[in-house]
Amino acid sequence: MSALLEVRGLCVAYGKVEAVHQAALRVEEGRIVTVIGPNGAGKTTLLAALMGMLPARGSIGYAGEDITRVEAEQRVSRGLCLVPERRELFAAMTVEDNLVLGAFHRYRKRDKTIAADFAQVYQLFPRLKERRRQLAGTLSGGERQMLALARALMSRPRLLMLDEPSLGLAPLIVRDIFRVIAGLRDTGVSILLVEQNARAALQVADYGYVLETGEIVLEGPSGDLASDARVIESYLGLVSGNPD
Amino acid sequence: MNAEIALFLIQDGFTNGAIYALLALALVLVFAVTRVIFIPQGEFVAYGALTLASLQLGKLPGTAWLLLGVGLAVAALELTQALRLGAAQRIPAIIFNYIVLPAALLGLAWWAAPQKPALTLQILLALFLVVPLGPMVYRLAYQPLASASVLVLLIISVAVHFAMTGLGLVFFGAEGSRTPPFSDAQWKLGVLTVSGQSLWVMGASLALIVALLLFFEHTIYGKALRATAINRVGARLVGVSPAMAGKLSFTLAALIGALSGVLIAPITTIYYDSGFLVGLKGFVGAIMGGLVSYPLAAAGALLVGILEAYASFWASAYKEVIVFTLIIPVLLWRSLTTHHIEEDEE
Repeated sequence: MSALLEVRGLCVAYGKVEAVHQAALRVEEGRIVTVIGPNGAGKTTLLAALMGMLPARGSIGYAGEDITRVEAEQRVSRGLCLVPERRELFAAMTVEDNLVLGAFHRYRKRDKTIAADFAQVYQLFPRLKERRRQLAGTLSGGERQMLALARALMSRPRLLMLDEPSLGLAPLIVRDIFRVIAGLRDTGVSILLVEQNARAALQVADYGYVLETGEIVLEGPSGDLASDARVIESYLGLVSGNPD
Repeated sequence: MNAEIALFLIQDGFTNGAIYALLALALVLVFAVTRVIFIPQGEFVAYGALTLASLQLGKLPGTAWLLLGVGLAVAALELTQALRLGAAQRIPAIIFNYIVLPAALLGLAWWAAPQKPALTLQILLALFLVVPLGPMVYRLAYQPLASASVLVLLIISVAVHFAMTGLGLVFFGAEGSRTPPFSDAQWKLGVLTVSGQSLWVMGASLALIVALLLFFEHTIYGKALRATAINRVGARLVGVSPAMAGKLSFTLAALIGALSGVLIAPITTIYYDSGFLVGLKGFVGAIMGGLVSYPLAAAGALLVGILEAYASFWASAYKEVIVFTLIIPVLLWRSLTTHHIEEDEE
């Protein structure tokens, strides 16, 4: 199977400080790949660079093309989509307008199938349908994450990048979100998932990378990673076997 | 002062206030989307008025040449960038948008001006000659530094203002112009005489405000502009590029400015540098809305118009002083009632 995303030798720096060093990773079509690692390892930076929000050196191959110098807005219209850690919703606009904007590049291309996607997204997140006339800023934390995810889906991504989707959410909502993520794979969306909640991430993912201080130190199928002694010690805690 | 004069002044104030309100809305829009304090807003008013005045005299307006000149400059910039990025597929669009279209408009104006077409056609032509300057100015002056601080953007605005005033002198000359009114109708409303022109100004302003409202509420591009104003990062993540939003907001601002110029051209004599004062009064209104609130900005601008009308009656020599002094209590009140927001906070 050919890789949808193929990253080689990616370096991202803030001024002179290098936050990501020589990272290489692959995401294959229709797979969930996770990047786990401690706080400040450079996970968010990595995603921002892949999205084109930060300048980077190295090469980013996507769907057989080199997109390293392509602007972020162009990447969106080619099917890359990032749900950032801070959600970055349009707080003073309604839930529905947030979703409409998610499909912005499709409106520009006069895509006729947007209405059907609205129905689908509302079916996936009934809470958002109830609140579609409400301002996004008035939603609860869990609802905001749902809206961020739903807005991303409205762009019809081929590769969806999720930055800490479980951050600050109650366990029950985290379970819902991960259920949605697992369901997305079945619809053919490839997912690059960055998580501190390594246990949940490795459960849902097919393949995983461990990022520490800007470098990828370990990689493998997520089952292997979950049983790796170093991963268990650093990221899964000592209470292994706990079914969450 | 009797009731008749008071009513007349209110009418006068509302007529001017409507124009200031339009300009205030444009200033708020441009600031919200691009963080640019758009001082050259007034130049678009003068350009609009003077372009229409030239057309009415059957002369080719200088803006037609200016448009081609600025278009060539933008084309040069865009072409070098396209070549550097290896994006050769953009070249035909660049040549068409920035060279062929301005040249075609120049040709059209050349052909149409001596024939003195109907007023509506003259107005349309004037708008087509002036409005494209808006996004071109954004491309030339602001886009390369779009992420600079508000202060740097303000300094660019001052420079653009002086450049445009100077170009106005070159292309229109130092003489002022006044165009004939759209309508000579007059109505007696009790003691008050209402002129057709002031109804035109108020009606057109109101229509434009409603149109803007509909644009922002119901179109995808209007929503994209609002989204950019609310959250720039979020807007980029859904594919709204800041450059696109900037050009669009400058197009709207130029349209509002040029249309305001067309509307006030029959009321006051406009010189190449008259726009600045008109724009500044819109700015006072916009400041009352803290450069963020559209309704407050419009209300503030109306207040400026009325204050100006009364000031010119009681102390005409101090008219401008009174209007601009208003900004001090407004700033004091705003700084006491709102807490300061750091610039980087998004």
